[in-house]
Amino acid sequence: MADKLIGTDIAPPDLVAKITGRAQYSEDFRPDGMVFAKMLLSPMPHCRVRSVDVSRALAMEGVIDILRADEVPQREGPRESCLTDEPHYEGEPVLAVAAVTEEIAAEAIEAIDIDFEPLPFVLDPLESLRPGGPTAYSDGNLYRRVPGAEQGAPATFVDFKWTEADFVEIDAGRMPSDAEAVSEWSKGDVDAAFAGADLIMEEAIVHQSVTHHPMEPRTNMAYWENGKLYAYVSTQSAQRTKAALAGAVGIDPEDVVLIAEYCGGGFGAKISGTTPMQIPAIFSRKINRPVMLRITRYEENYVGRARPGFQSWVKMGFQNDGKCTGVDLFIVEEGGAYGSGDNGTAGAIADLIYTPENMRFRAVSMYTNTPPKAAQRGPGGAQIVSMLEPILAKAGHQLGIDRLQMRMINAPDADVEFGPRGSTLTSVHAKEALEQGAELFDWTGKQELSGRREGAKLSGIGVALSPYTAGSRGFDGLMIIRPDGKLYVHQGIGNLGTHSIADTARPAAEILGLNWDQVEIVWGNSSRGMPRSSVQAGSQTTHAHTRANHAAAMDAARKIRQIAAQALGGSPSDYVLDNGRVSRRGGGAGLSFSQVAERAIQMGGEYDGHELPEDIHRETVPSAQMLAGEGLMGVAKDNYGGDGGVYTFVAGFAHVEIDADTGVVDIKEFVGVTDCGTVIHPRNLGAQLYGGCIQGMGMAMTQRWVFDPRYGVPFAKRLYTARPPGFLDVPLNMKWAAVGIADPQSPVGAKGIGEPPVGAGAGALTAAIADAMGGTCLCRTPLTPDIILAELEGRESPFSKLDQHVG
Amino acid sequence: MGDVASVGLLEKKYSRRSFIKGVIAVGATASSTGYMLGGPLALGAQSIPGAIERLITLNVNGQDRRVDVLPNETLAMTLRYRLNMTGTKLGCDRAECGACTVLIDGVNHYGCSMLTHQVRGRAVTTIEGLENPDTGELSLVQQAVLEEGGFQCAFCAPGFIMSMEAMIKVNPNPTREEAAHALSGNLCRCCDYDKILTCAMRAAELARSV
Repeated sequence: MADKLIGTDIAPPDLVAKITGRAQYSEDFRPDGMVFAKMLLSPMPHCRVRSVDVSRALAMEGVIDILRADEVPQREGPRESCLTDEPHYEGEPVLAVAAVTEEIAAEAIEAIDIDFEPLPFVLDPLESLRPGGPTAYSDGNLYRRVPGAEQGAPATFVDFKWTEADFVEIDAGRMPSDAEAVSEWSKGDVDAAFAGADLIMEEAIVHQSVTHHPMEPRTNMAYWENGKLYAYVSTQSAQRTKAALAGAVGIDPEDVVLIAEYCGGGFGAKISGTTPMQIPAIFSRKINRPVMLRITRYEENYVGRARPGFQSWVKMGFQNDGKCTGVDLFIVEEGGAYGSGDNGTAGAIADLIYTPENMRFRAVSMYTNTPPKAAQRGPGGAQIVSMLEPILAKAGHQLGIDRLQMRMINAPDADVEFGPRGSTLTSVHAKEALEQGAELFDWTGKQELSGRREGAKLSGIGVALSPYTAGSRGFDGLMIIRPDGKLYVHQGIGNLGTHSIADTARPAAEILGLNWDQVEIVWGNSSRGMPRSSVQAGSQTTHAHTRANHAAAMDAARKIRQIAAQALGGSPSDYVLDNGRVSRRGGGAGLSFSQVAERAIQMGGEYDGHELPEDIHRETVPSAQMLAGEGLMGVAKDNYGGDGGVYTFVAGFAHVEIDADTGVVDIKEFVGVTDCGTVIHPRNLGAQLYGGCIQGMGMAMTQRWVFDPRYGVPFAKRLYTARPPGFLDVPLNMKWAAVGIADPQSPVGAKGIGEPPVGAGAGALTAAIADAMGGTCLCRTPLTPDIILAELEGRESPFSKLDQHVG
Repeated sequence: MGDVASVGLLEKKYSRRSFIKGVIAVGATASSTGYMLGGPLALGAQSIPGAIERLITLNVNGQDRRVDVLPNETLAMTLRYRLNMTGTKLGCDRAECGACTVLIDGVNHYGCSMLTHQVRGRAVTTIEGLENPDTGELSLVQQAVLEEGGFQCAFCAPGFIMSMEAMIKVNPNPTREEAAHALSGNLCRCCDYDKILTCAMRAAELARSV
C-alpha cells in the first residue's frame, strides 16, 4: 500500500534549496549585460511635475537611459500607473534611470533637475469629508457614477462632504451616527433591537493603517529575447501574474515567460505581481538589456502596499443572557492613493461573528494621499475582529457574564446567513473551535487572572473568533505521468511560503496510489506549463487546488484503468492503482506507470493530452498542448461545484500581563484552534496559524505607521520604526489545534488557513488587554505602551480619539 | 601589515556617521562595477577618492578570493554582486532584519553593516559554506531545519541559519528563552518563530550529540 499522505508532516520539496542558499528569489538572477534601474520617488504627498531636465544625469558615465511616465501605460481615473507625472503619495515613482551599476543609477537620480508643483493633499479621510476640506485628487475624493445614472455611464470624481453638524461631533471625538454613507445595507430593524436591548454598547474605534513589509521587497528583473518577455517577479501567484503582467504591458500572455520560483512573502501585497514589475519589463524593451529593479526596504515602505485603516462608530445591543441582538456599524475607510474596499468584508464578518438578527452597515471609503492600500492577510476581517472583540469583553464585564459564554452564544452555526445577501457557508464549526481552545487554554482555570493586579502587573485573558473566506471553485488541474513512472503535478499557484504548491498535490498522489517520492512538483516557471489557477490569496489555494488536482488525478486514474483494461482485458473498474502500478483487483496482471505512460503516448488522443476536455480554461490550453505527447495526461476542471461560501474559523485565546509602570504588554500565552476542514499538513498548518496570529499581534501592538500631518510624509519609513514582531515580542508558550471535521462540499474536505488567524491573534490580544484594564476598551490600534500608560494614568491623549496615522 | 594599515585608514575615514551617509544615502547600495564591467578599478571609482587598495583578498568559506572592492562597499553587496553568492539576502539594507547575517571568525554579523574592507584577513562564512565541501552533507543546523520543516517563505532562512550556527558554538545547551534571545537579531515576517525555535533547539541537540 502506498503511504497515506493527507494529514502527515512532509517537508516541501524546495526546503533544501531554501536552507542552502540555492533558492533563487528575483534579486538572485544575473543575466549577461544586466543593468540596474533606480526610481525617482515623489518627495511630496501630492504634486505635479512642472519641469524635468535629465541632461546632467544622461551625461554621466555609466548612465544608459531614462524612462518617463509618458512611456508607460497611463490609466484613467484613480488608477495606478508604474510611473506618473502627478504623484498622489510621497514615494510614488515618477521616473526611472538605468545605469551599469545601482550606485550610478542612484547618483543619476540625484543629478536630475526636477521641479514639482505642490498640490493640496489629505491624509485623514475625515478631513476629506469636512466641508471645505482638501481632496486627494484635484477633482474630488470619491470616484463614482452619478447616483441614478444609467448602467454603463462612466464614473467621475465628486467632492463628497459631510455636514458641519457631523463635524461638531467629530471635533468632540465622537463619530456621527447619522452621517451620509456611500454604501449601506441592513436587515431586520436595528432601532427596535436597541429599544428592546438590556445593554447598549456604543463606541468610536480607530484601526491603524499598517504596511505589509514582506521580508523580500518587490524586487524584479526582466529582459526580452526573441520577442518574448522574460520576467523574474516577486509575486504571490504565478499563472495569474503572467496574465496580469501581459495585460499591464499590453502583450499577449503567451509572449510572457514568468519566473517566480520563490517569493519572500507577500501577505496580500503581491497578489498578482506588483505595479513596479512593469518598470523592468518596459525599460528592458526600450534599452534592449536586462534590467534589475532592486527595491530597498525604504522604497518598499512606499510602494509596498498597506492595510487600510478604519475610523468607525459601532452600536451593539445585548440581551441579559449575552446574546447580541443588533449591530449598527459605520466605517470610514482610508483608501490611500488608489482606493480600498476592506469595509465591505468587515461588515459581513461583524454580522457573522455576532449573528445579530438586526444589523445596519454603512461605509465611506475615501481616497487619501498615503501609500496605496491592498488586501493584507484577512483584509477587513482582521481589523473588525480586533476592533469589536474588546467590546464583547467589555459587555461581558458589564453583564457579569463569562466572556467565553458570550463568545459561544453569539458564534454562528452551520445554518448561518450573513452579510448583505444572506450568504450561507459550506461548513461551520466555530463553536467546536472555541470549546477546544478553551480547554487547551484552560479558560476556566485562568479566570483568576482576569483583571488581577500583582504589584505593577495587570493580568487579563481574552478570546476572539475570526472567520475568513478560505476557498474557491472551478480551477483546473494539470499533471503528467511520464515514462519514468513519476507523476509531475504542474502548479500554477505561487510559492510564497505556504507550501501549498506541494501540499495541494497530495490528494492527486493518493488517488493514483503513489508514494511522495514518486511525485515531482513543477512550479514557478510558466514555460514549463501551468494550469489556470486561483490567485495565491484569500486563503483559496488549499481548497481550490486540492479540488483541481483531485479532479485531474481522477481523470488520470480513469485513463490509466482504461489503458490497463485495453492491454490486459477486463473492465477498467477491475483495476486498482497502487505504488506506481495498475493491477487487476485481487492480484494478477498489471502495468507499471512507466508502461502506462508509454502506452498513453502511443495511443495519443486524450490519453497523452492531444485531445483536451472542452471545459478547461482557455489559459490552461496552451500549457496542456505544450505538454501533449510527453506522457499520460490528467487534466480537468474542478466541476465538483458547491453551494455557499467556504470559510475557515479560528478561535484565539490570549493571556497578557501589562506593566502599569511602563505600559508594556507581555503576551504570556496564546492558543489558536481552527476549523479548517481536513488537515493536509499538520506542522505547516500550525505554522500558518501561529504566523498569522503573531502578525495580528504586530498589527494590534508593535507596528505603528505615523505620518506628519503638516507635510503629509510618513515618519515610520523602515522596519525599526514600524516594527513587525520579533522573537522577543511573541509568547514562547503557544498551542494550536484543529477541529479536523471535513468540509462536506469538497472531495478532499480541506479549507484554507492563511487569513483568519490574523484577526484571532489581534482580537484575542485586544480583548485580553481590555480585560486586564478592568473591561476598558481603548478602541484603537496599535496599543502601544504610551497609549496604554496614558489610559492607566488618566492622562489626556495627545491626539483626538478619532485621529488616524498618529499611533 | 598593509592590510592592517589600510583597514585602520578606512575606519578613520569612515566613522559610523559617514558610513551611513556614504552607503545608505544613495539608496543603500554599493557599486557592482566588478560584476557588471568584469574588470577591476572600473567605472565609479572616481566618485569616492581615497588611498585604499581596491583589489583585496577575502577569505570566504575557506577559500581566498581576489576581489575588487570599493571603499564604501558592504560585505553583503560584495558577496551578492561580485562573488555571485546570492544566498546572503538583503532584506532591509540597514541592520534591521538580519537576512544578510554571515559569520565573521565564527561570530554572526549583519553583512549589510560591515564594510568589506573590514573583514580582510578574517574568515567569512556564508550560507553557501555550510555544507561539507567533500560530501555535500548538510551542516547540523541545516539538518535540524530540514527535520523540523523550518521556515515559510524562507527569505530570512539563510540569516537565521547563520545565527543558529553561531549560537550552538556559544551555547550548545540553550533553553528556549536563551535560544530566542540568541536569534532575536533576526526577523521572520512570516512569524514562524515557534518552528524556528524548535529547529534551533534540535540543532543544539544534534551538536551536543556529536
